[in-house]
Amino acid sequence: MSDAAQTQGEDSFVHGEAVVRDPTGLHARPAVKLTKLAKSFEAKVEIRGGGNGPWINAKSPNAVMKMKAGFGETLGVRASGAQAHDAVAALVGLIERNFDG
Amino acid sequence: MAEAVSERVFTGLSAAKGLVIGTLVIEAAAHQGGRQAGSSPEERKALEDAIVLAGRELEALAAKAGDLGAEILEFQSALLEDEDFLALSFAKIEAGGPAHEAWATALDGEVAEYRAGDDDYFKARAEDLLDLKDRVLRSLFGTQTEAPAQMEKDTVLLAEDLTPSRFLELQGPSLRGAAILGGSPTGHVAILARAHGVPLVVGLNARLDSALHGAPAVLDAKAGKLIVAPGQDALAAAKDRLDALATDRRAWEDLIARPAVTGGGTAVQVSINLDDPALLDSLPPEHCDGIGLTRTEFLFSGGHLPGEDAQFGVYKRLLDWAAGRPVTIRTLDAGGDKPIPGVTPVGETNPFLGVRGLRLSLRHPEIFAVQLRALARAAALGPLKVMVPMVTVPDEMARVRVLLDRALADLAAAGIAHARPALGMMIEVPAAALNAGSFAADFFSIGSNDLVQYLTASARDNPAVASLADARNPAVLETIRRCVDAARAKGIEISLCGDMASDPDLLPLLLDCGLRSLSVAPAQLGPVKLAIHRQLGTGGRHG
Repeated sequence: MSDAAQTQGEDSFVHGEAVVRDPTGLHARPAVKLTKLAKSFEAKVEIRGGGNGPWINAKSPNAVMKMKAGFGETLGVRASGAQAHDAVAALVGLIERNFDG
Repeated sequence: MAEAVSERVFTGLSAAKGLVIGTLVIEAAAHQGGRQAGSSPEERKALEDAIVLAGRELEALAAKAGDLGAEILEFQSALLEDEDFLALSFAKIEAGGPAHEAWATALDGEVAEYRAGDDDYFKARAEDLLDLKDRVLRSLFGTQTEAPAQMEKDTVLLAEDLTPSRFLELQGPSLRGAAILGGSPTGHVAILARAHGVPLVVGLNARLDSALHGAPAVLDAKAGKLIVAPGQDALAAAKDRLDALATDRRAWEDLIARPAVTGGGTAVQVSINLDDPALLDSLPPEHCDGIGLTRTEFLFSGGHLPGEDAQFGVYKRLLDWAAGRPVTIRTLDAGGDKPIPGVTPVGETNPFLGVRGLRLSLRHPEIFAVQLRALARAAALGPLKVMVPMVTVPDEMARVRVLLDRALADLAAAGIAHARPALGMMIEVPAAALNAGSFAADFFSIGSNDLVQYLTASARDNPAVASLADARNPAVLETIRRCVDAARAKGIEISLCGDMASDPDLLPLLLDCGLRSLSVAPAQLGPVKLAIHRQLGTGGRHG
C-alpha cells in the first residue's frame, strides 16, 4: 500500500503513514495494542494525527488516546535509534491491519 | 424500619433496560482515610508501591471479569505502566507535594482533558481515570477495597456512583439491578450493565437515605424509574408485566431464527436497521432477512470524511456478515438533527426543511462520488442496494443516476472490480410519497420518522407536540397505502424502515396497508416476529 510507504526524513527519523480503518476511531483497545508494540522496540517511536499534528510518544497509552484519532484519519509514525525501520514497519502494519492480531 | 417506608418513586435515565423486583441495598461512598506525608523520596516510594498494588488488584479482577470487563480494565492497567502519565505525579512529588495530593491532582487534570470537547467516547473514558484514581488512593491510604455491601438475594443496588471496576466486583447472581445518582447512558458502567443484562438507571433524582436500606423495590429501568416500597398496585402491575415479558420472550425465542409468517400464512420480510457495525458481532444473521437500512453517518462521526478504501472495507464487512442476504446502504443523511461540521450548512432557520440528506450530497458531489465509488466496488461482492434519503422530486433521482453512471464508468476505465447496485429511494417527503409513481427507482423504502413529522407538521424532538406526531394518524396510513400501491404498479419492492416498523403494536396497521417488508431495530427482531406470528387472517389488502 502506498499508505505504508516509508521515507527517510531530513532528520534521523524513519517515517511512515497509515490510515485508521476502524469506524469508531483509535480507541482504548487499539491505543493499548499500539503502545505495547511500540514498547517492544528500543527505538524512540512517535506518532501524530491529522497529517501535521504534534508528534507524541507512541509508548504512552494516555498520550495516544488523547490524540483522539478518528476513522479515516492518516497517522504519521516515526522512529529513531536501534530497530527504527522495524518499529515503523510494525506500527504501520498494525494500523493497516486494523489492529487485528 | 423498611416496613414503615411508604411508596416513593425516583426517576432517572435508562442505561440498561429491564424490569426487576428485589430488595434495595444502599452502598455508601467509600470512606477516605488520612495519611502522614514523608520526605520526597519516601512519598515517591509510597506512590510506587501503591501503583504496584493497584496493578495487582486490577490483574486479579480482570482474570475473572470476562472479555468485555477485562478489556475495560486493560486500559487502566496500561496507564499504570505509562511512564509519561506517571511522570506527571512524580514531578509534583519532586516539587514537595504529598503522594496522595500529587496523584489526585495529576489525575484530575487528565480527567478534565478527557472531558473537554464533545466526543462522548472520550468523556466516558474519564470514568476509567477516576476509577484508577480511587484505586491508587485506596492503596496509598491503606484502605483496601471494601467488601461488597451486604448483598441480598435479588439486590437492587442504590449508590452515589459506580466505577467500572466496582461494578465488576459486585456483579454476580445477587445483583439484579442498580440505580445510581451519577453516571451516563454512554459510560463504561452502562456498557457493562447492558452486556451482563443488569438493568441500570443513571442520573437518579434521589438522595441516599439509609432508612430505605432493605426496603422492597421495583426497578423499571426501561422507564428510568425506581419504586421504593411499592404499594400493592405497583407491585402487582410489575409482577404482571414480568409474567407477560417472560411468556413473550419464550415465544419469540422460538421464532427469531425462522422466517416470519403470519398466522394466516403470509410471509413478511424482517430486516434490521444498522447504526453501528460493532453490533453485528453479537447478532446471528439467521435472525433477519438482511440489512434494510445502514445509517452511514457513523462513518462521518467527528467530522471526518472517510476515504474510498475505508468505506469499501466497512461495506464489505456488512456483506460478509449478511452471507448472501441483501444489504441496503443509505447514502450520507446529514443535516437536520445530524450535522457534520464543515459540511452541513450553518445558520439555517429551519434545518429540517433545509439542505439535508440527498440535497446535501448533490451540493457536495466530491463527497458523494467517493461514497458511490465505494458502494459500486462493494456491489461486486454481494447483493448491495443503495438507498438515497430525502428525495423530493424525480429530477433528483435522475441526477443521482448520472453520478452513479459516472462512478461506474470511472471504475471501469481504471480496471477496478465493481458492479451496478440497485438504486432505490427513501420516501419521507410528502411530495415524493404522493407522486411516487413518477420516480425512476429500483425500490422504495418508507422513512416513517420523517414522513410522520412532515405530514403532521410536528417536530419529532419537541415533547410539546409529541401527541400530534402520531403514526396512527389516518393521513399517515393513507399515505403509506398509496406508496405501496405505487410500488406494486411499478413492480418494485417497498419496505418501511422507520420507528413504526419496530413497534409491535403498529404491526397490524402496517400489514393492513399492504406492507410485506419491514426493517427494525435489532433488539426488536423478536418482538416484531412474534407480533407477525400472532397476526391472524390474511392481514390486509394484498394478503
